[in-house]
Amino acid sequence: MLIDFLFELRAKGVPVSTHEWLALMEGLAKGLHESSLDGFYFLCRTICVKDVAHYDAYDEAFLSYFKDVHRAALQVTEELLEWLNDPVRMATLSAEQKKALEGLDVQRLRELFEQRLREQKERHDGGNRWIGTGGTSPFGNSGRNPTGMRVGGGGGRSAMQVADERKFREYRRDVVLDVRQIDLALRGLRRLGRDGALDELDLDETVDQTCRNAGEIEVVFRPPRRNRVKVVLLMDVGGSMDPHSELVSRIFTAASRAGRFAKFRSYYFHNCVYQAVYEDAQFRKPVTVADLIAGSDRDEKLVVVGDALMHPAELLDAGAMYYAPAARASGLEWLRRLAAHFRRAAWLNPEPDRYWTGTTIEVIASVFGMWHLSLDGLAGAVRYLVRGGERPAIGKPERWAKTS
Amino acid sequence: MFDSFDQFAGTETYIASDDLMASVNVAVSLARPLLVRGEPGTGKTLLAENVAAALKLPLLRWHVKSTTKAKDGLYVYDTVARLHDSRFGGGDVKDIAAYIKLGPLGQALDASSRVVLLIDEIDKADIEFPNDLLLELDAMRFRIDETGREVAAVERPVVIITSNNEKELPDAFLRRCVFHYIEFPNRELMSRIVRVHHPEVTSAVLDNALEIFYGLRSTPRLRKRPSTSELIDWICALRKAGVDLSRVGGGIPFLGTLLKNEHDVELIGKRAKA
Repeated sequence: MLIDFLFELRAKGVPVSTHEWLALMEGLAKGLHESSLDGFYFLCRTICVKDVAHYDAYDEAFLSYFKDVHRAALQVTEELLEWLNDPVRMATLSAEQKKALEGLDVQRLRELFEQRLREQKERHDGGNRWIGTGGTSPFGNSGRNPTGMRVGGGGGRSAMQVADERKFREYRRDVVLDVRQIDLALRGLRRLGRDGALDELDLDETVDQTCRNAGEIEVVFRPPRRNRVKVVLLMDVGGSMDPHSELVSRIFTAASRAGRFAKFRSYYFHNCVYQAVYEDAQFRKPVTVADLIAGSDRDEKLVVVGDALMHPAELLDAGAMYYAPAARASGLEWLRRLAAHFRRAAWLNPEPDRYWTGTTIEVIASVFGMWHLSLDGLAGAVRYLVRGGERPAIGKPERWAKTS
Repeated sequence: MFDSFDQFAGTETYIASDDLMASVNVAVSLARPLLVRGEPGTGKTLLAENVAAALKLPLLRWHVKSTTKAKDGLYVYDTVARLHDSRFGGGDVKDIAAYIKLGPLGQALDASSRVVLLIDEIDKADIEFPNDLLLELDAMRFRIDETGREVAAVERPVVIITSNNEKELPDAFLRRCVFHYIEFPNRELMSRIVRVHHPEVTSAVLDNALEIFYGLRSTPRLRKRPSTSELIDWICALRKAGVDLSRVGGGIPFLGTLLKNEHDVELIGKRAKA
């Protein structure tokens, strides 16, 4: 009953679980929807949608399911489409091959599709495994797989289903992190110590002291345990960081939570740090790097979030920046000063790490320990910030030495 | 249980929008906690009081703070009092149960009849806090380890949980709740709300006040936009001082009741001059 709507919701990105669906069924059985579509709309939303951010997606799903609005199949990202729309004609498959391929069901197909997407790194035409045009792989465009999944628009009649953009994004969401996951990862970033007011009863010590005191009560208090770690967060915003802005704001949300760190400060920069960082993302309130260094304890942890991608000149040339004309040292020099001041610093990079080599990331990673902004990367960075150890080596930064 | 579905329809002093009423009633009928979110000042906490009043049930409040532990809501074992009694006499030290104090959630589950429980600002506490309550909210029962007593609800309480959107709540917790986001009231609903609090305000004055109020709210770059409760305070201040809004030119009287931020007051001041 209404199972299709459930999947419509899930497909639109509203995380509805069986739990909620059963509750909805219970509500319907009790007549809570008052036998009207409007009633159902509110009932279902109340039970199934747990975040305002999903209200819009819910509306969309509701419209498309109940008003029979024909929605053009959502498109895969531009890049993927572009090359899939350019099919290579392949020979028709033999009857045997078709038979072998017919066995795949949709669920299995989707799983495989995502797995392949993760593994695949480049455009692919022909062949029987990768997602591409032509070919006998179950995924792609204009292929000859009878149960295959069509990616994007175009003819290909045999494909059972069109992989839509949202599905694609979903896959990305698995890779990146939500606030809660970041929160949990950041929990590792602590060094507990007892200081401050004595306002926690030390029961063991109280019993102990009372016994020593021949039963005369001796109440012992101690300060509660608090995190002593201080953090300075630098965030790259704008330009090439725009696609990652949501992720950066999640990091900020998780890190800035009250009581998380003994001291937490955050600043923004654009592209690379030149002379100053900014208190606001509109770059109106500068704080010079010199001031930042002077105002920070060496034991504070510096965490930089940025893609570290720029034109080499922006990183290596001094005084060439149109938006920071007064910066006489090169971007790299400013970064070095920061890295030299803070005993432990980590750079979190949202760019997938397979693209790191051969770019400015390599150079910056030679100054800062750099981790990919994923669950594993974050855990690695936190471990390094707390315990030290080896920084991961990225590419061959030496090759840039000549130009710097 | 309740036979008819439409139990909650607002109260004389609390005007609820239709979808909010529907959400409350869904939560009551399904006996699931209702999670309410929305801008500060949209009456999330007041909702619980008024649900309790409308259903004629007693209300228990649990105001969550950053230091609140999930267990505190169930019960607290007062070791210090017991230690004190063991030394100075008074009280039956052997009776551990005498030193167990039930918290708000514990009281709600221990109550002999149905109650309304408000868990206010759940997002203030530690990130694991909601997870620690999963079992208790699901099964509506818990065990006092020190005495081995099982406390189980006779009737599932109506649980209303408010959150300010500061933290994301864990999925497992969300799955067990029904959710409602209180939208900021539109003018029509707002004038009904104001009328409830200030019945003798004339339409002309109300229109003027709402004009200024929504004007303020739509000002870009305001750090904290004034909310319903501030509007009601402001109108109260205007009435007490006998200020006639239609005759006041330029500045807004008693701006301090509407704006709580220096930066905002300055911003509005500049705009008024310009």
